[in-house]
Amino acid sequence: MKRVYVSRDMASVALGADEIARTLAQAGCDVVRTGSRGLFSIEPLVEVEMPEGRIGYGPVGAADVGKILDGTHPHRLGDVGALPFFVSQQRFTFARCGITDPLSLEDYAAHGGWRGLDAARAAAPQQVVDIVKASGLRGRGGAGFPTGIKWQTVLDAPDGPRFIVCNADEGDSGTFADRMLMEGDPYCLIEGMAIAAHAVGASRGYIYIRSEYPFAIDTMRAAIDRAAGRIAPFVIEVRAGAGAYVCGEETALLDSIEGKRGQVRAKPPLPALKGLFGKPTVINNVLSLAAVPFILAEGAQAYADVGFGRSRGTMPVQLAGNVKHGGLYEVGFGITLGELVNDIGGGTESGRPVRAVQVGGPLGAYFPPSMFHLPFDYEAFAQAGGLIGHAGITVFDDTADMAQMARFAMEFCAVESCGKCTPCRIGSTRGVEVMDRIIAARDAAPVAAEGAAGGYLGEALHSRAPSRIDTGIAAQTALLRDLCDTMKFGSLCALGGFTPYPVLSALDHFPEDFGAPAPIEQAAE
Amino acid sequence: MHSLEPPREDATLIRLEAADALIAQWTRRHGAARDQLLPLLHMLQEEMGFVDDALVAPIAAAFNLSRADVHGVVTFYHDFRRVPAGRHVVKICRAESCQARGGAAIEAAAAERLGVAMGGTRRDGQVTLEAVYCLGLCAVGPNALVDGRPVARVDADRLDAIAREIAA
Repeated sequence: MKRVYVSRDMASVALGADEIARTLAQAGCDVVRTGSRGLFSIEPLVEVEMPEGRIGYGPVGAADVGKILDGTHPHRLGDVGALPFFVSQQRFTFARCGITDPLSLEDYAAHGGWRGLDAARAAAPQQVVDIVKASGLRGRGGAGFPTGIKWQTVLDAPDGPRFIVCNADEGDSGTFADRMLMEGDPYCLIEGMAIAAHAVGASRGYIYIRSEYPFAIDTMRAAIDRAAGRIAPFVIEVRAGAGAYVCGEETALLDSIEGKRGQVRAKPPLPALKGLFGKPTVINNVLSLAAVPFILAEGAQAYADVGFGRSRGTMPVQLAGNVKHGGLYEVGFGITLGELVNDIGGGTESGRPVRAVQVGGPLGAYFPPSMFHLPFDYEAFAQAGGLIGHAGITVFDDTADMAQMARFAMEFCAVESCGKCTPCRIGSTRGVEVMDRIIAARDAAPVAAEGAAGGYLGEALHSRAPSRIDTGIAAQTALLRDLCDTMKFGSLCALGGFTPYPVLSALDHFPEDFGAPAPIEQAAE
Repeated sequence: MHSLEPPREDATLIRLEAADALIAQWTRRHGAARDQLLPLLHMLQEEMGFVDDALVAPIAAAFNLSRADVHGVVTFYHDFRRVPAGRHVVKICRAESCQARGGAAIEAAAAERLGVAMGGTRRDGQVTLEAVYCLGLCAVGPNALVDGRPVARVDADRLDAIAREIAA
């Protein structure tokens, strides 16, 4: 019987992988469902086990099964791992994803699983925390706070119960690494949480997964059942979110697990000291916890050897949106934005020029190609007025209307605001209104000649507005900047506080979309 | 518990009694600590299709919370429905990565093809069309969720297929 591998990842299934798997099974194959390899331009992907190794075919459909099995299909890729997209990666966290059966404990152990947990349990809690500190691992959820220091705070907290909480509320558009890991290698996350539990003395853990990820919820629950004996006495429970983006903010997430409205708490107190149910809590992103087994198994130095500046280790970068070769690309920090978008991603799928990329989800900045020299590094992005966030890169071609994208950022903030603080709750709605006025004035006076912007026609369009409000572009743009300033410094959390990033970066880098003159190209030195 | 309310139609009364039984069964198995509230609401929506406003009082009683507290939680989360959905639910992603791949046009085309505005239920009760903000399939959009089944690279042909599925 021929053994074949087909991904069960939600993206693969959305592209038709289930139908192919069924057809292969009907043809008498032994079908192993894996996670996704992470390159979606070759999915649905079928790998056939041959004497020389696994031979991939993709993209393929159910009608192609005959030609796949007799080896004549034109989309024969050979060894998938040898494709340029994979050869240049450094897969520390995603080493098993796409290769193993996600729920097979045998596969997990055979591919290096549990070595990190065994190493941790052979060491004292303080030693484990020291190893994580030495690795330089920083929070992969976006804030980049050193993971080891967070664990130290919890370890040093007064005696009593404490919790490990995994933030799997991956709501940022353009990111899917958490989802892929939970669906493709769930034991890796479980092992990371068990290591954290040993390090800080916790006996109970929660994984909060957004409800938009039903496959991840099912896979994690099944994996926890099977691994229960291996991680005992530590126990883990999955909690499903309920469609609130703001619950990705750690304190809102804690309130949500507690059965409350997912509203942000003011900090301090830090969750490390007063977290879930008021107890000391380690709350880390999926990717932070999933990086830990490698660090414990291979040593802190092996992880810290890779990276750039103060950003150590690897980052699972997600190439998304209008990009030719979208997918998951794990690599050491320091690779430039341009290499990621053009060399790895192959530019846009539409074939048109890249106009902008948004890095870090709905709260991340829009960058033009003129900034593609930026190295992927927490500090470099912060200095350039943006953020890495969860390392999602959404590519837009030249048909994108950046003023509409700025409006969308405000609209999204208004839809998802938890309502606790005024700058976010009210500011976002006012922001949509201001953007509507700017767009209306721009469309009324499409040629942005000096002084004409918004001019007579713009005024006329808003003739019913109180006459004291200047609805011209210049005044509204000034108002937008002022509003963004208030939101940035006055909001309780990153939702209201970071929404100005996409808005202001769009305004600064693409002023022509806001009815202002295009920036004068800097002359080459 | 509902004796002070005006008499309801039999079907509604039977439904509410069924819900009361589900709540009692749940609290027996999982307890009534507050952190069980979201799992309970998920279960009720799964079983009943929506979280009826009439359930707020019995839930509050079971958890020893105020009705305002429970109402506040039900209404905070986008997932919980207070009215029944159509027989089929189509969710279309509106987030940035799908927009970068032509999502706005697909959103409009879906509303037109299915004959219902975004956020609404068609008058014949056959389909509800909703926005979703990111399904995590960001390299293969525009994406949709059709009765929980993910569909990638949605175009005019796939919308036709979805419309046929919904008509059935």
